Amino acid sequence: MALALEGSQALARTVALCRPQVVAAYPITPQTHIVEGIAKLVADGKLACEMVSVESEHSAASVALGAAVAGSRAYTASASQGILLMAEVLYDIAGLRIPLVMTCANRALSGPLNIWNDQQDSMSMRDSGWIQLYCATNQEAVDTTVQAFRIAERCELPVMVCVDGFTLTHTLEPLELPSAEQVDGFLPAYNFRHGLDPADPRSLGTLVGPEHFSEVRHAHHQALMRAQAEIEQADADWAEVVGRHCGGLLEVRGDPDARLGILTLGSVLGTLEDAMDEDPDLPRARFIKLRSYRPFPAEALRKACEGLDHLIVLERALSPGAGGIVGPEVQTALVEMAEPPRVHNYAAGLGGRDLALDLYGRLVQAVFGGERPREFAIIDADPRMLPESDR
Amino acid sequence: MLEIRIHGRGGQGNVVAAYLLAAAAIDGGRYAQAFPAFGAERRGAPVAAFVRIDEQPIRRRCQVREPLFLIVQDPALMEVPGTLSGLQTGGTVLVDGTEAGIDDSGENEIITMPATRLAMEHIGRPVPNTALLAAFITLTGLMPLSGLIDALAERFKGPVLEKNRSLVEAAAETVEAGRWREVAHGVGA
Repeated sequence: MALALEGSQALARTVALCRPQVVAAYPITPQTHIVEGIAKLVADGKLACEMVSVESEHSAASVALGAAVAGSRAYTASASQGILLMAEVLYDIAGLRIPLVMTCANRALSGPLNIWNDQQDSMSMRDSGWIQLYCATNQEAVDTTVQAFRIAERCELPVMVCVDGFTLTHTLEPLELPSAEQVDGFLPAYNFRHGLDPADPRSLGTLVGPEHFSEVRHAHHQALMRAQAEIEQADADWAEVVGRHCGGLLEVRGDPDARLGILTLGSVLGTLEDAMDEDPDLPRARFIKLRSYRPFPAEALRKACEGLDHLIVLERALSPGAGGIVGPEVQTALVEMAEPPRVHNYAAGLGGRDLALDLYGRLVQAVFGGERPREFAIIDADPRMLPESDR
Repeated sequence: MLEIRIHGRGGQGNVVAAYLLAAAAIDGGRYAQAFPAFGAERRGAPVAAFVRIDEQPIRRRCQVREPLFLIVQDPALMEVPGTLSGLQTGGTVLVDGTEAGIDDSGENEIITMPATRLAMEHIGRPVPNTALLAAFITLTGLMPLSGLIDALAERFKGPVLEKNRSLVEAAAETVEAGRWREVAHGVGA
C-alpha cells in the first residue's frame, strides 16, 4: 500500500531497510530531514546502527570511509557546500575504490548563497570517480537507494544518489516502500574483500608513485565503465522483486517517433511530460531520462538518439566560461553516429527557479523559433534584469 | 487536477497544513502532492505551500500558479502582493479572522473563520492550520473529516490528538458543509 510520505522520510526509512552499520552525517538544507529521520530511527531502537554526529562534512565522509574500510555497510548524505567540504574525501573514497552510498540532496552552490535546488553540487563531483545516479521521482529515489548499495558492493565503487532538493526531498506524495524481506533478499550481508583486518595487517591509501599511478587511474576508469552492466542488472533484478524499474542507465519516454529529443537529469521530466501532453499544437518530443551520469552510457545514448534531428540537453548546472556540462559530453558521444542530431544545450531552474509548464514551449521555440539557436544559454534567465554591461 | 495554495507565515505550520491535506487525500485513495516554496526560513516571513489532488498519478512538480482554492492563515497576508495571484475565476478563498463571515461580493468568494481563536481554545496554541483544514474539507466535501483525523494521528498521540480532534469538530461547525462542493467538482477532482 502506498504511504503518504515526504521524500526525505521515505529515504530515511529506505536507508534503514538497507541495514547500514554506520551512518555519519552533518545536517545541511535540504538534506537535513533525511539524516534526522535516520537518527530518530536509531534513537528509537528501530535501526541497529552507529549514528555518528560529526562536526563537519569532511568528517562525515571520513567516518563513512573508515567505517566501510573496517567492513561496515556505511552511508552518508549531504548537499551543496557540504559536498564541497567533503570533496577531498570523496575523491579518496572513489580513488581507493571503497563501496559506500551517499545521497546528494541537490542544491545550488554559493556564492551568492542559495539554499534551493539545482545540480551544481553533484556536477562539481563529476570527475571524482563516484557512480552518479539521478532520480526523476521520489519513488525512483527509494528504489535507487536500495540498488545503490548493491551496485556499490558488487562494483567496489561508491555511489552517489542524486535527489533534487526540495522538489523531491520536501515533497509529500504516495510512495511504496519495500518490505524488509524484499531488501534483505536483494542485499545480503556484505564482506568487503579489501577491508582492513588487524589479523592480516595491510595499509590503504599509501603513496603511489608515477610508476603505478596511471595504472591505478586506468583500473578505476575501467571499473566505472564496467559498472554500466551492474547498474542495468541491479535495476532489472530489483524490478523482479518490487515490480518497478527506474530505467537502468537511461530511459526513453514520450513519443518514440518524434524527431526532437529532450535529455534531462532529475525531477524536471514529469513537468515536461505534462506540458507536452497538455498542448497538442506543440511538436512532440522523445524524452531521454539520463539516470546514470557516471558511468556515462555513451552507447545507450547513441541508441536512444537514433532518428532524432534535434536533441536538447537540459541541465540544472553550468560551467561558466564554457557553457553546459552534460551537453558537450553528449555531443562527443553522438559524433560516432552516422546521422547525429544537432545538439542544443540549455540550463534552467538554477538556484530553485521554478520550472513551470511553459518551459517545454520555450525549449521548442528556442530550437524551431526561427532565430539561430545559440550554442548554450540559461534559457529562463532574463537579461533585462541586468545592467547593460552584464547582459 | 485540483490545485490549492496555502499562504501563511513562517512558524504557522504552513507546510504541515499542506502535508496533512495531501496525506488525507492519499488516505482516501487519491493521488496527491504537497510541497513548500520556502522563502528565507524565519518566523513571521510570508511563506507558501502547494497541494495537488487528482485521480491519476501527478507528474508535474512546478509551483501552483493558478490555484482553484486559497487557504490564508493570516488575514494581513490578503494585502501582501502575490497572495491572490493567479486565483482562478470562480475559485474561492478561506482565511483566518476574528469572526466567521462570507464575502461573496467579488468574483471570488471569501470565507472567514476564527481558526486561531478556535486553536487557542482547544489546543492552547495560536496555530490556525488544523482548524482551517477542517473548515476547508467541510466546505469542499473533498474527503471525510476522518481522513484529516487519521493524518493528524500520524503526528500526534494521546491527549494532544484528542484536543486536535475536538478542534477539527468545532472548526467544521463554523462553515456550511458542501458549500464549495460544486467549485471542487467543476474541475473533475
